[in-house]
Amino acid sequence: MKQKFNVITSTCVPLPLENVDTDQIIPARFLKATTREESFFGDNLFRDWRYNADGTVNEKFVLNDPTYGGCILVAGKNFGSGSSREHAAWAIAGYGFRVVISSFFADIHKNNELNNFVLPVVVSEGFLAELFESIKQNPKMEVEVDLPRQTVTNKATGRSEHFEINGYKKHCLINGLDDIDFLVENQDKTVAWEQQQ
Amino acid sequence: MNTLFDKIWDKHVVQIVEDGPTQLYIDRLYCHEVTSPQAFDGMRARGLKCFRPDHIYCMPDHNTPTHDQDKPIEDPVSAKQVSTLAQNAKDFGLSHFGMMDPSNGIIHVVGPEKGLSLPGMTIVCGDSHTSTHGAMGAVAFGIGTSEVEMVLASQCILQQKPKSMRISINGQLQKGVTAKDVALYLMSQLTTSGATGYFVEYSGDVVKSMSMEGRLTLCNLSIEMGARGGFVAPDEVTFAYVKGKEFAPKGADWDKAVAYWKTLKSGDDAVFDKELVFDAKDIEPRITYGTNPGMGIGITEAIPTNAADAKSPEQGFQKALNYMGFKAGEKLLGKQVDYVFLGACTNGRIEDFRAFAAIAKGRKKADNVIAWLVPGSWAVDRQIREEGLDKILTEAGFEIRQPGCSACLAMNDDKIPAGKLSVSTSNRNFEGRQGPGSRTILCSPLVAAAAAVTGVITDPRTLL
Repeated sequence: MKQKFNVITSTCVPLPLENVDTDQIIPARFLKATTREESFFGDNLFRDWRYNADGTVNEKFVLNDPTYGGCILVAGKNFGSGSSREHAAWAIAGYGFRVVISSFFADIHKNNELNNFVLPVVVSEGFLAELFESIKQNPKMEVEVDLPRQTVTNKATGRSEHFEINGYKKHCLINGLDDIDFLVENQDKTVAWEQQQ
Repeated sequence: MNTLFDKIWDKHVVQIVEDGPTQLYIDRLYCHEVTSPQAFDGMRARGLKCFRPDHIYCMPDHNTPTHDQDKPIEDPVSAKQVSTLAQNAKDFGLSHFGMMDPSNGIIHVVGPEKGLSLPGMTIVCGDSHTSTHGAMGAVAFGIGTSEVEMVLASQCILQQKPKSMRISINGQLQKGVTAKDVALYLMSQLTTSGATGYFVEYSGDVVKSMSMEGRLTLCNLSIEMGARGGFVAPDEVTFAYVKGKEFAPKGADWDKAVAYWKTLKSGDDAVFDKELVFDAKDIEPRITYGTNPGMGIGITEAIPTNAADAKSPEQGFQKALNYMGFKAGEKLLGKQVDYVFLGACTNGRIEDFRAFAAIAKGRKKADNVIAWLVPGSWAVDRQIREEGLDKILTEAGFEIRQPGCSACLAMNDDKIPAGKLSVSTSNRNFEGRQGPGSRTILCSPLVAAAAAVTGVITDPRTLL
């Protein structure tokens, strides 16, 4: 879970679709688990795209294509729209992705990724289009995501971009800390707020 | 600046973390069975107790069957999730409205109807449709399970302050056009990401004259435009709705509360990050044709002929039409329907049942349609019976089921079979949302009723 984050260099899995919703990332029928078994959610990541209705493997879907691999998922605009289900982030983490690159993320899902030590990296439309093209030309090309320097680099073209993350969350990811630790430590401030009301 | 959103948000700021998010105090946390078990497990693993247990209410709604709720749930996995919530509530000392409890129902229907969601509050739940409670004049938004654990542990959450948007809908809605149609219209104008990063204040003549049920429907669907939440400034309509509710303030506390609530409006000098204005005359009864809620048309219109007109990426537009089995440029009026679903946190309230009954009255359910009518709560069910709507619906060949989320996301037995076309008052038409392979057309209760009695997509205005 709390994998500390620093610099990640990896090949990518491309998913050049826009508006990928959390119902596709993990369908509702897999939300009935009462524990946080990431392997279970990872096994069912994109379930209805990975498998045909008869349960056979959909060879055409990118996760089933041995050409592509790595711990960076590259997705089209508005990734993670829809439901707030954190199971979607658990499925992404459980499958083994550490980074998701897109030009736009849905709000709740973005927070869910961060809270599970998966880094959502927002890049420009131009960078994303070029990255999809680079992966298409050479599926073994790598991307470097440097959290301390807040840069993402397409190593095929050398193009690099700065990405945004607030200093607090960056500190948490690099040091393996989470928000609950912080909030519990700050309970005196919460009590003080309550007393003012 | 000086928007109602600023007023409520700023009042709840405990601290702003250096180079980071805001620590925001949460007045109300709702927990349902799907997104909370891992949060309670996390609390146990850390050895924590709930910081403010009296601010938290739990109820199962997603897995609950819509028949025989007095018997054990047949699906053992669903049964375990529901019993886990009951056990967690007990272990952590939280209020819990279990299945068959007269207070049970969909969390977003129950909160407002019991007076647990009030103007000026901050409200969260591990559910994106928490935006519903914004209709009360509250800042309400969906969160993930880690964030549920934050609130259980500290009654606070860490969030970046969103930007603010005002959407005004002016003029007067035409006959047969409902709050749902307004929301579907807004989604098609803004797309499913048009309001991402924003909190929306709904305003204008249409919203001011809308009932609380209508406002709840409108705010419910804010997330489908990408907005974290949406709300309506509290007014006399709000106060009349809240007054006398079980958990609403009483006596002198009521007067004090109303005096405060009356201050909850955006200043005349308020500056929004974005302002949009629409005219009610442009809105007709609406339906969706694709696989996200933004892919919608007026019921008499044709599906756009190309992706650009649909404000959709090319690949997504074709993929959606292939999935739905529709053609670009095609009209959907007259298309045969297999299932009709009335319910969900979007349209499972008394006004929705009244609307459905108004069309069903004196008519019969079409033979080719299987209809699931699911009240949003037991309180709605009781009112349906008090008003005699059950008799009208039964005479027309409909059956009223027991409350829960039901076929909105098909976590219980209410699954639309693969390939079948469902006309649904729920909130999402994503691929497989109502069951693997199911095809969903989103619409208002009036459009759903018109389809249910004719067996095909029908303009409800021809039946009113």
